[in-house]
Amino acid sequence: MKQKYLPLTATILIFLLSYALCVAQYPNMLSTRVIGNLLTDNAFLGIAAVGMTFVILSGGIDLSVGAVIAFTGVFLAVVLEQTSIHPLAAFALVLAITTLFGALMGAIIHHLEMPAFIVTLAGMFLARGMAFVLSIDSIPIKHPFYATLKSFYFKLPGGGRITLIGGLMLLVFAVGILIAHRTRFGTNVYALGGGTATAKLMGVPVASTTVRIYALSGLLAGLSGIVFSLYTSAGYSLAAVGVELDAITAVVIGGTLLTGGSGFVAGTLVGIFIQGLIQTYITFDGTLSSWWTKILIGLLLFAFILLQKGIIRLSRPERQHA
Amino acid sequence: MQTSNDNILSAVRIEKGFPGTKALDKVDFHLRRGEVHALLGENGAGKSTLIKCLTGAYRRDGGSILLDGEEIDPRDTFDAQRLGIGTVYQEVNLLPNLSVAENLFLGRQPRRFGMVDTRTMNLKARELLAEYELDLDVTRDLASYSVAIQQVVAIARAVHLSGKVLILDEPTASLDAHEVAMLFRIVRRLKARGLGIIFITHFLEQVYEISDRITVLRNGHLVGTRETSELNRRDLIAMMIGRELAAEIHAARIETAEGRMRYRFRNYGRRGRINPFDLDVRAGEVVGIAGLLGSGRTETAEVLFGAHRADSGTAEIDGQTVDLSSPRAAIRHKFGFCPEDRKTAGIVGDLSVRENIVLALQARRGWTRPLSRAEQNRLADQYIRALDIRTADREKPIKLLSGGNQQKAILARWLATEPEFLILDEPTRGIDVGAHAEIVRLIESLREKGLSLIVISSEIEELVAYSSRVVVLRDRSHVAELGGDRISAHQIVEAIAAANEREAS
Amino acid sequence: MTSTVRTYLGRLLPQLIALAIIIAAISIIFPGFLNLQIQNGRLYGSLIDILNRGAPVVLLAIGMTVVIATKGIDLSVGAVMAICGAVSASLITSGHSLAETLLVTLAVGVLCGVWNGILVAVLDIQPIIATLVLMVAGRGIAQLITEGAILTFNDPGLIFIGSGSFLGLPMPVVIWLVFGILVALVVRQTALGMLVEAVGVNREASTLSGVFTPVLLIAAYVLSGLCAAIAGVIAAADIKGADANNAGLWLELDAILAVVVGGTSLLGGRFSIAASVLGAIIIQAINTGILLSGFPPEFNLIIKAAIIVFILVLQSPRFRAVFTFVSMPRAAGRPTEREAK
Repeated sequence: MKQKYLPLTATILIFLLSYALCVAQYPNMLSTRVIGNLLTDNAFLGIAAVGMTFVILSGGIDLSVGAVIAFTGVFLAVVLEQTSIHPLAAFALVLAITTLFGALMGAIIHHLEMPAFIVTLAGMFLARGMAFVLSIDSIPIKHPFYATLKSFYFKLPGGGRITLIGGLMLLVFAVGILIAHRTRFGTNVYALGGGTATAKLMGVPVASTTVRIYALSGLLAGLSGIVFSLYTSAGYSLAAVGVELDAITAVVIGGTLLTGGSGFVAGTLVGIFIQGLIQTYITFDGTLSSWWTKILIGLLLFAFILLQKGIIRLSRPERQHA
Repeated sequence: MQTSNDNILSAVRIEKGFPGTKALDKVDFHLRRGEVHALLGENGAGKSTLIKCLTGAYRRDGGSILLDGEEIDPRDTFDAQRLGIGTVYQEVNLLPNLSVAENLFLGRQPRRFGMVDTRTMNLKARELLAEYELDLDVTRDLASYSVAIQQVVAIARAVHLSGKVLILDEPTASLDAHEVAMLFRIVRRLKARGLGIIFITHFLEQVYEISDRITVLRNGHLVGTRETSELNRRDLIAMMIGRELAAEIHAARIETAEGRMRYRFRNYGRRGRINPFDLDVRAGEVVGIAGLLGSGRTETAEVLFGAHRADSGTAEIDGQTVDLSSPRAAIRHKFGFCPEDRKTAGIVGDLSVRENIVLALQARRGWTRPLSRAEQNRLADQYIRALDIRTADREKPIKLLSGGNQQKAILARWLATEPEFLILDEPTRGIDVGAHAEIVRLIESLREKGLSLIVISSEIEELVAYSSRVVVLRDRSHVAELGGDRISAHQIVEAIAAANEREAS
Repeated sequence: MTSTVRTYLGRLLPQLIALAIIIAAISIIFPGFLNLQIQNGRLYGSLIDILNRGAPVVLLAIGMTVVIATKGIDLSVGAVMAICGAVSASLITSGHSLAETLLVTLAVGVLCGVWNGILVAVLDIQPIIATLVLMVAGRGIAQLITEGAILTFNDPGLIFIGSGSFLGLPMPVVIWLVFGILVALVVRQTALGMLVEAVGVNREASTLSGVFTPVLLIAAYVLSGLCAAIAGVIAAADIKGADANNAGLWLELDAILAVVVGGTSLLGGRFSIAASVLGAIIIQAINTGILLSGFPPEFNLIIKAAIIVFILVLQSPRFRAVFTFVSMPRAAGRPTEREAK
């Protein structure tokens, strides 16, 4: 097997193994209902994580994701409360805003040669600040269209439901996989992760690719915000704090190297599932406190970093002898 | 005079200036169809500036470039590539994390319904590489192949993209003899197809082996263009350096007085890096290490210095068993080590010349006993003067110095620790001929002062000049040791070759 | 000697000017800003308030500077603050003496630093990932200690650290001043500063020159952990309780910003602790200024983001290049000099 599939395989194995362990203890966890809920509860995180995967593959990072989700939610809540435009129009509007916002960050990163870490940190402050300016209270969204959207679902045998937002996440992952592996843009993203200077020498349009990567992340963060507002039926400027960290964690657990250039969008989906599974297990158990989620995810992160380290170390001698 | 039809690429009166210097002063350069044209000169002669002007990496200040008789003005390397000028560098400029096929077709992947057609791309990649006698799994990451193969992939990409002019900038620097031979086969084949090939290298033997003509630059001026067959080596070196320095490098070797035996390594080695070897070094002696690249030369140095801990054998100094398991331990025993890769393992680029010179001494004293600023200044000035390090002042960041001066500063770093055992790995690689001679002289004077030195070099004449013994390496083993009368370029080459034959049989 | 002072001031000049401009701007909008009063032997006023409120970020920035100088980054400091706040609160409420509490708390901070340091120096993991582990898990550990609740205490000694005063200055200010000067002295009067910079610029070359790189790296993260521990105690003492959820939340980002505003490159190498401290005070001055100037507090983050972007743009290599380019025609106005070359 090719070395680059090793982390992904390990991720999938760990997921299957831990799922099997969970089921052994709580047979109820083996139901389409649990799987459906896993999809629904993690839909917004998953969508944001797809964008994050592209950013990290290119060797960057986007800390603004959580703030953009909160901004989107507040924006939708305010617009739907105070104007009479249709939610779909509001969706389009907010997606345009967040995409532009991402593109702007990408442009600053590229043209001013500033570290993505700092630029998206400022972006996080800005987006969160915009959300505060719009409203500091949690605003419920009562538009009937929201109820309509929430009533769509695909019924699975066994009582589970794939809701609209759960399905949307799977769709976003499918499109993400296609973009990553079957478009020139996707290859260019990997190329940037392999080395910006070299990529530039080889004719990769570095400027437009960087802008498009962060625009994509902005777009998906916006979409994630829409999903989040559907999920919570409200907009709140203090919502989704730290989602960027969860997304980064999912990406790393999914086998993508934080240094860029290596990894898979599909791995991120498994990373999301593993995080969701831990949460589900703790809910099922009932006696474990919520903070164990964080500690477990931290340990998992550590295990994966060690695994990647081991793989890189193993692959090095082979390279020298080749 | 040739007509412009013979020339696939002509650069006429190219000028390029940087603040304070004129890097190229009205330089002419003509490349014929189907020739390999070596571009030579000391570091700083203007070779890379000329190449960068041709490939659009720099905008020239004056002059014109004609490709196929048409005036061109490439805006960047990508533009030059599109026009027909492809470049392959020493450090392979491809992406190790992409597949071979993706590297070949990056930006030009065949598409179907807007999606990349991976199957067609891989098929075309295999066809393309077949022209270069390579049969690879093109879906594997480039990183899983050797540098030589990556080099060929880079050439295949450049030729496929450009197809008129191929610039090879030090392509053989990290290849072994087999790989160089493979590369040259490919170069000859491309030449037969009518490409114009510009070849830049430090290895003069390779120039004579592969090139048809030679153009020499010096200090931004054109010295001349000659047919290779009509230019002997001595004249070529004279063209490059403008003085009879050749004589100094090829000086007759000096017989050394036998110093006392000080360093004794027995069965010393590290699994996977260098097989166990025995080595004795006297005071006031230079032991040369020869062998092809990858034969274990650098690994020997690293194990001796503790950069990689030895896992077998013993080391003795003056009859006492010592521990050399880390650079710090070795430095305690007055060892010093100038690594081969100056940029990544030698200089600390952003720090000043002064700080670079005092670094090893300060590290040995420990952080609680800082050298006073006055002491640091004194040391820095002393060695800047003694080694003639050319720098505006001691506070200049070392990365702004030329390669030769960086090398001297690293030597100064070790001399400041007053070492007794100095390991120099390729001390003269990639530096200009003037500094080269100075470093050779320095090695000789250190030996006269009673230091023990291990010197690794690819330049066999150089080893002959200063070594009292030469150890020959092959396949990560020490296979022969030549001493006394047996040290000559001929004998060393024979020893390497003999070792190779033994391996082959 | 004077030249040393001059280079030192030259290094801090951009930060000093930025701070002066911000303070001037605030005092125009809010005239009482510069007033200082002494009550009960203690200084009061907005300026003192900035120094006091900025204490946690200043402390974090001190450790972060050294970590960033080694080409690292420490994302875990906020979580370590939460852990150490929780540890000190739980020890003091379970009847341990103040000295024991402080000692154990600082030891926990050091331990966190050792963990990060080992991941970076021994296991050779990229710092941003290595410290992400503790950032993610740390808050969970803090919650585990406090069992999810806000652990309050009323030990006067511990509270004094947050709200007492010494020589007229609030205790947090005294602590960071003393600690900052101590660290700066240790770093610059010994060879540590140069060795840290050497490791940050080129780790391999430094190791080969005999620098004990792993120990230096671990020491940098230990310093950062220690700073976070002190900051955590101050933050807990300030609110008389340990809030595992919110203590030090996102302060790692403020600390990194402070270092960047202080002009230390995220790529490692040259560093200045004084400049980072100024950077942290600039950030706090912006926070306080916005609050005082009567802008609705909702605008805080936006104004902060705008000012930070402005400062960063000024420092960006590309902007500097453009700026030099623009100012070149002036040089061209002296043709003799150009022709001489």
